[in-house]
Amino acid sequence: MPRRLRQWGPGLLLLSPSLIVLAVFVYGLIGWTVNLSLQDKHNALPSEGFVGLDNYTNLFTNDISDRFTHSLRNLAVFTVVFIVGTLVMGVLWAVLLERGARAEGLFRTIYLFPMAVSFVASGVVWRWLMNSGTGDNAGGLNVIFSGLHLGFLENRWWTDPNWGMAAMALPAIWQLSGYIMALFLAGFRGIPHELREAAVMDGASTFQLYRQVLFPQLTPVALSALIILGHMSMKMFDLIMSVSGPQYLTEVPSVYIWQMLLTNDQAKAAAIAVFLLLVVAVVIVPYLVYVNRAEKRS
Amino acid sequence: MRLKTRVAVAAVAVGTLLASAACTTSDNSGSTPKNVEVFTWWADGGEKAGLDGLVDQFKKDCSQYTFVNGAVAGGAGSNAKTVLAQRLTQSDPPDTFQAHAGAELTDYINAGQIEDLSQEYKDWGLTNAFPSGLISNLTVNGKIYSVPANIHRANVLWGNKTVLASAGITQNATTLDGFFADLDKLKAKNVTPLALGKDWTQLMLFESVLIADLGADKFTGLWNGSTPWNGADVTKAIGDFSKLLTYTNKDTRDTYDWTDAEKLIMTNKAGYQLMGDWEAADLDAKAFKDYNYTVFPGNTGTYQWLADSFVLPKGAKNAEGTKCWLKTVGSAAGQQAFNTKKGSIPARTDAVASAFPAYQQSAIGDWKSLKQVPSCAHGSACSQSMQGAFNTAMGKFSSDGNATALQSALATAASQFIKK
Repeated sequence: MPRRLRQWGPGLLLLSPSLIVLAVFVYGLIGWTVNLSLQDKHNALPSEGFVGLDNYTNLFTNDISDRFTHSLRNLAVFTVVFIVGTLVMGVLWAVLLERGARAEGLFRTIYLFPMAVSFVASGVVWRWLMNSGTGDNAGGLNVIFSGLHLGFLENRWWTDPNWGMAAMALPAIWQLSGYIMALFLAGFRGIPHELREAAVMDGASTFQLYRQVLFPQLTPVALSALIILGHMSMKMFDLIMSVSGPQYLTEVPSVYIWQMLLTNDQAKAAAIAVFLLLVVAVVIVPYLVYVNRAEKRS
Repeated sequence: MRLKTRVAVAAVAVGTLLASAACTTSDNSGSTPKNVEVFTWWADGGEKAGLDGLVDQFKKDCSQYTFVNGAVAGGAGSNAKTVLAQRLTQSDPPDTFQAHAGAELTDYINAGQIEDLSQEYKDWGLTNAFPSGLISNLTVNGKIYSVPANIHRANVLWGNKTVLASAGITQNATTLDGFFADLDKLKAKNVTPLALGKDWTQLMLFESVLIADLGADKFTGLWNGSTPWNGADVTKAIGDFSKLLTYTNKDTRDTYDWTDAEKLIMTNKAGYQLMGDWEAADLDAKAFKDYNYTVFPGNTGTYQWLADSFVLPKGAKNAEGTKCWLKTVGSAAGQQAFNTKKGSIPARTDAVASAFPAYQQSAIGDWKSLKQVPSCAHGSACSQSMQGAFNTAMGKFSSDGNATALQSALATAASQFIKK
């Protein structure tokens, strides 16, 4: 007995502060939030009783102006455009750089630099760039387009009722593409050189080299990039607040939570938060299981 | 040996750090009974100047107390409201805080966070000094909970004199139909006829149309449950509002705050803007003189008011000091000092009009004689949650123009949030 204790005892002791903090501040508070979302507490007074899943069903069926379903749609558009845009730009830059560009270090730094900027700062600048005025009232990018005789490119950016969130994803793409580029660059560097040589010797064209040999090797990198981008987009709050402020057009669940807390509608905010957690968990938990199994196998 | 020395040094270092941390936390500058902490969001501009004027008066009237400025800047009050909400939940209220008078206080009243001031109103003679319409709007279940420091007017139409003259508009319209005709003239001149901003400014415009189409009494009834929101007159008002929206800056209205819309007026790019009378102070501060003002067409005879007021929180550390502050806020001298600098008018009917600039003088005259109606966009008619639901509905209407959806959303919000 004592010998086994000596084996895993010190390890447990070392981990115990982190375990306790995690248990209280992450899982304990998640439990508290779930409990709050099951209560009838929509103002600063104490809860008026347990109402089960009513808060959740009300979000979908009973929400004034269908606010929650609208915010989910905004989130979906934003997530898809953000993920596709960042992956395309990031992979493109990684491929260009790993083919051996001159001053690669300089380009890497330039592409990676936007990630160091805070979303609030870049949001304020992109708000100005994406000014929605057209024609005589144009500002920002619209006035640049008209100056370059590209007037047909002028558009309403994020104020467009249907695809405005795609424009909202532009600052996020600009900031995170460098990160994806760095991920894929590291991935490319991790592929053994012999694989490339063998493929070239077997007569593979460059396109075939990338498609059949290199990209399949990068599936784990792509998967982790997808997961990171996905959960980042679910949590996106400060970018949207600094570009548009809180308003119906660009509302996403995280902004909706903030608005509900401002008016003390705590149970509703908790319900949206738990729903958001479940959406993220649906994506991340299978990934964690997959990674765990992959590690066990290797 | 070495390990023991290292451990000893580490222990001494950690101990010193902990001790110094403990010492600094006990040095808490808590409010002594002589301090009155005043919590506002008046951190700059004309608002801060007004607060400074009020503080000077407070120093004369309540010299035994010290004013402590608890102002929190940013977000037109939303930062301050968040901090305030946290402090109230932790039962650590400031000695007094700023809140919009009227329905916006219902959340605080229902949570039992502020005190009834009806007795103080009688002691200080405020029931006689304030107009009866205001007193009735302020009374909740027979009690009054705040002292208004000022009155602002919401339904004012501001015009750029040069732009209006070049479009051939000699007199401001007094009916909606006349107004539409004027807007057509402006549209022909290729300027934005009506400059508009985002959600709450659109709600203000919609309220003005409601007053015009429903009349003052039915409009007030919308906010206490006696006028139904799904009635035919509201449908007509939505139709008129929809027509008004076609004369606005469609591309940019959802990105503009009220100051951006004001800029369109100042740069001769727009003819009219509907905004509260804080616009006068702002235009004067930006040295733009070429403006005129009138009550919104169809609103003749009404004064749509909103007021910044102060309350006495339950559990305030220095209740006597707060009461002295509230007395100053409600006094003639205090209201004079505050309002001459802030650009609003006193809530008292005994104000000396000659001390005020031109717009305020006409407003003071109107305040005494016209019918008071509350405003939802500024809290005198609606609680915060209702404002949120209404702002969302207005934002949705601005992007999809669906009138039936707007009317049903407003009716649902009203039935959910108005407790009769």
